[in-house]
Parts: sequence; structure tokens; C-alpha cells
Amino acid sequence: MPPISSPGAEARFDATIAAEEKIEPRDWMPEKYRRNLVRQISQHAHSEVVGQLPEGNWITRAPTLRRKATLLAKVQDEAGHGLYLYSAAETLGVSREQMQDDLLSGRAKYASIFNYPSLTWADVGAIGWLVDGAAIVNQISLCRTSYGPYARALVRICKEESFHMRQGFEIMQTLCGGTSEQKAMAQDALDRWWWPTLMMFGPHDAESAHSQQSMQWKIKRQSNDELRQKFVDQSVAQAEHLGLVLPDSDLKWNAARDHYDFGAIDWDEFQRVLNGGGHCNRSRIKARRDADQDGEWVREAMLTYADKQRARAVEDAA
Amino acid sequence: MSNAHFSYVLRLGDNALIIGQRLSEWCGHSPFLEEDIAMANTALDHVGRARMLLTHAGDLEGAGRDEDQLAYLRDEREFCNVLLCELPIGDFAFTLMRQYLLDVYHLHLFEALCRSQDEVLAGIAAKAVKESSYHCRRSAEWVCRLGDGTDESHRRMQSALDELWGYTDEIFAADAVDEAMRAQGIAPPLAELERLWRADVEALLARATLSVPDDNWRASGGREGIHTEHMGVLLAEMQVLQRSHPGLAW
Ligand SMILES: [Fe+2]
Ligand SMILES: [Fe+2]
Repeated sequence: MPPISSPGAEARFDATIAAEEKIEPRDWMPEKYRRNLVRQISQHAHSEVVGQLPEGNWITRAPTLRRKATLLAKVQDEAGHGLYLYSAAETLGVSREQMQDDLLSGRAKYASIFNYPSLTWADVGAIGWLVDGAAIVNQISLCRTSYGPYARALVRICKEESFHMRQGFEIMQTLCGGTSEQKAMAQDALDRWWWPTLMMFGPHDAESAHSQQSMQWKIKRQSNDELRQKFVDQSVAQAEHLGLVLPDSDLKWNAARDHYDFGAIDWDEFQRVLNGGGHCNRSRIKARRDADQDGEWVREAMLTYADKQRARAVEDAA
Repeated sequence: MSNAHFSYVLRLGDNALIIGQRLSEWCGHSPFLEEDIAMANTALDHVGRARMLLTHAGDLEGAGRDEDQLAYLRDEREFCNVLLCELPIGDFAFTLMRQYLLDVYHLHLFEALCRSQDEVLAGIAAKAVKESSYHCRRSAEWVCRLGDGTDESHRRMQSALDELWGYTDEIFAADAVDEAMRAQGIAPPLAELERLWRADVEALLARATLSVPDDNWRASGGREGIHTEHMGVLLAEMQVLQRSHPGLAW
């Protein structure tokens, strides 16, 4: 039940935000703030869930048992992140079923990066290094988000994400220290994942539909462009360390800005993939729909069994 | 003598590896999110167990083979897991029924192996028995829920059990390796394990309103490397990188 609006509620909400304190589920909040959060948190949850698929694709083919075990643990973590986040969103009065329906029907979005295929073992390394790396940059900033349950879920998530990034980087390091064919595999993965990763931060600030209001409400704490810049700056040294070349001929240090300049992002591709035109858009959603449909009889049986157990308990008591 | 010891530990390692491989196929495809986590977690326990057992087997063999050489560079005929582990995952009913049948066996096996004369094996068993008791609670709960759930879930569970039952004999069929290990106090007598297993399984199946199949079709051969036709495909997938790029570090 949404808290009842009382005189002064909005002023108290504004003061809480201004004081850098957290808004909690029992607090009054503007309807738009609530809706904005539901959209963002559920989208984040869906991304974790769909994110199991491209890496899950490699678990059965992981090249050593140690890699198989760490990849399994990672994919398990991502499902766990999905759970924390659905729970955080549920505190805003929306059910997990509703959110999942929105995902399966295509009303809700998830991170577009997962609509690219994971083709070689090096992709598992590149996803950990770049995609989890970009997620960390974004999520560390979001740990200071104004909504309490979301902020607390993110603190837990960030700890595990940094572990994922290190594992991904280590896979890349091993490949780059291997044969020339292994190094080529790593470079090819970097070439394919680099630009989609930069797109993960979203449109430029000027074009971002939800950004400004989110910043005012301190749902978001840093702009898309700021976070993207931070990610580019940290990745240059990491790529150098690996001996790999970032696929951007415009990339160069700008002493005046104290940042790296980088090339133009292909926003047409971004829009195309976001709107369903990517390589894996259909197969990712199909995989989730199939899991949902194939699991229907299981969920039904659970409910029926629980009912039977309750009835038996009543009988026993009588 | 040490050859039997190697074979015995290798069999346990192969069972863990192959069932871990099968369970991991569920990642991202389970009926709901909590089950995605549980499947990955159970797969991870088995892969972890496989690593310890295969490493130990390699040490016993003394030919310098490590866990990865044993997992990735043997051919189908050299694998000695029981057939039950390698069957494709089927539906959720099939996976959970198989898991229950294996979990009960593993629980009693590792409980007994905690007292093995092989101290390394006893150490592995001490860790595995905790996992297995958890696995067993989970899969037993599912067998009850689905067996005694809806008509559809009951039908699916019964047909899974009918398909799987003929593969359970092989687990308890003692050969020279098992006899040698029992004689040396390394492994428990299989007949005793079978008695414990059958008592637990029959009691739970009755609770779950499922009936033990009465046909007498039985399949075996995994121990001697006579596998089902599914095994080669499983290995082709699992071993692809090590086989297509021999000798590299990953
Ligand atoms: Fe995550
Ligand atoms: Fe992650």
C-alpha cells in the first residue's frame, strides 16, 4: 500500500533528498519518482537474468575445470543479483510476476549488450573484463542512489561484480600470454565487445530521456557521459597491460581535459539493437519465454502440493 | 592393487564430472530464478568434487596426469561414470528424479567414505557429505512436490522414474575393483549401500505417490567404458577447446 500523502509530505521528501538521506519504502514519494525507480530497477534485474545466457553458453565448453567452476559461480551470482533487484523493486508495490511479464512481452527493456552473441572462449573474458567492468563503474556510482533498498542491493552486487571483472581480465591475460592464435582470439573479442560496452552507459546526456529528472532525484548520481569517460580512461591502461589495441583510431590522451578523447559512437546501431534488431534479441527473449512456459507445470504443481499439505495439516489438527 | 585404487577414485570423479556437466546445462533455463541458482549451485558442487577426485586419481596413478588431462584428454571408452549420470537432462521432472536417485546414493557413499583408509578420499568425503545432505533434502522435496502435485506433474515424475530405474542397478553392481577397495578398507561394501539406498528411496517414492517400476530392463557398462550414445556428444562439447587447440594454457 502506498503511504498516504499528508500535508508537508512533498517538502519532507525534497528535504530527505537534499540531505543525502535515503527514501525508504514506507516514505511518501512522488508517483513519478516511484515509476522511474520501478523502470530502472526492474530493467537492471532483467539485465542480470538475461545476462546469464551469453556466458551460460560457454559453461559446458569451459576449457579447464577451474574455469568451469568460476564461470558457474559467476552465472549463479548474476541470477542472485536478479533476485536482490526484483526484491528491491517489489518494495515499490510491483510484483515480480508483473515485471517478468513485462520482460517476456517486450514492454520492459534489459541491457542491450546481451543481444550480441558470445562466439569464442575469449568472449567470456571480454564480457567479464568489459561488461562487468562497465557495470561496476555504473553501479558504484548508483550505490549512492536515493532509494534505500536499491542502494543496499547495489552494495552487495558491487562486491561480486569486481570479482567477476578480475576473473574476466585474468582470462584475457592468460590468452594474451599464450600463443598468437589465442591472442588473436582475445583481440577479436575486444574488437566486437568494445563499442557495445560504451553504449551500455546510454545516450549522450543531451539526448537522454530520463537522465535529468533522475539526477535531480538523485536516483542517478553521475551522467551517462561522465561514467562512460571514466570507463574509457580506466580501460586504456588495462588494454595496454594486455598488449591489446582498443578498436578506436580516434582514441588519444587530451592533456587539456585530463581525459582520453575517443571516437564517435554509432548511435544508429545502438537504436537498432535497443529496438529489437540485434543478433540475439529474439533468441534471448525466446529462451526466457521457453523457460517460463516449460516451467509452468512445475509452478502449478508446487501450488497444488502446498494446498494439499495445508489441507492435511488441518485434517490432522481436527 | 594401486591400479584398482586409481580406477575406484577415477569412477567417483567421472560420476561427479558428468553429472555436474549435465546440471550446468540448466543455467538460465530453469522454471524460475531460485531454481537457476540452485541448479548452478548443485552443478558447482559436483564440478568442485570432480576436481578433487580427479586430482587425487591422477596422484594415485602417478603418471603426471592432472584434473584437466583426465577430464579433457580421455576418450569416451576411457570414461567410467555410471550411465545414469550421462543421460540428457530431459525435463525438470527427469532432472530432479535422477538427481534424487544419485543424491541418496552419494549421501550414503560419502558418509561411509569419511571412514576410508584413504585419508585424502576421507577428506574429500567429509566435504561432499555436507553438500550431499543438502542436495538430498532439496531433491527429495521436489520428488514429493511433483509426485504428489498435479496430475501432469505426477505423470511426468512417474515416467521419469520408469525411464531411470533400469539405470540404478549399475551403481551397486560390485566388480573386482569394488571388492579390492572393500578388502583394503578404502570403500564400503556396495551391498550395504544398496540396502540403505533402497530403503530411503522406496519410502520417499511411496510418500510421493510414485511406484517402483516392475519391469526388469537393466542397462550397465559405464564402468567398462560402454556408454550410451549420448556420451560422445557430451564429451565432444566439453572437450572442444582442449581438443581443437592441443597443449595450450587457458
Ligand atoms: Fe551482476
Ligand atoms: Fe557480473
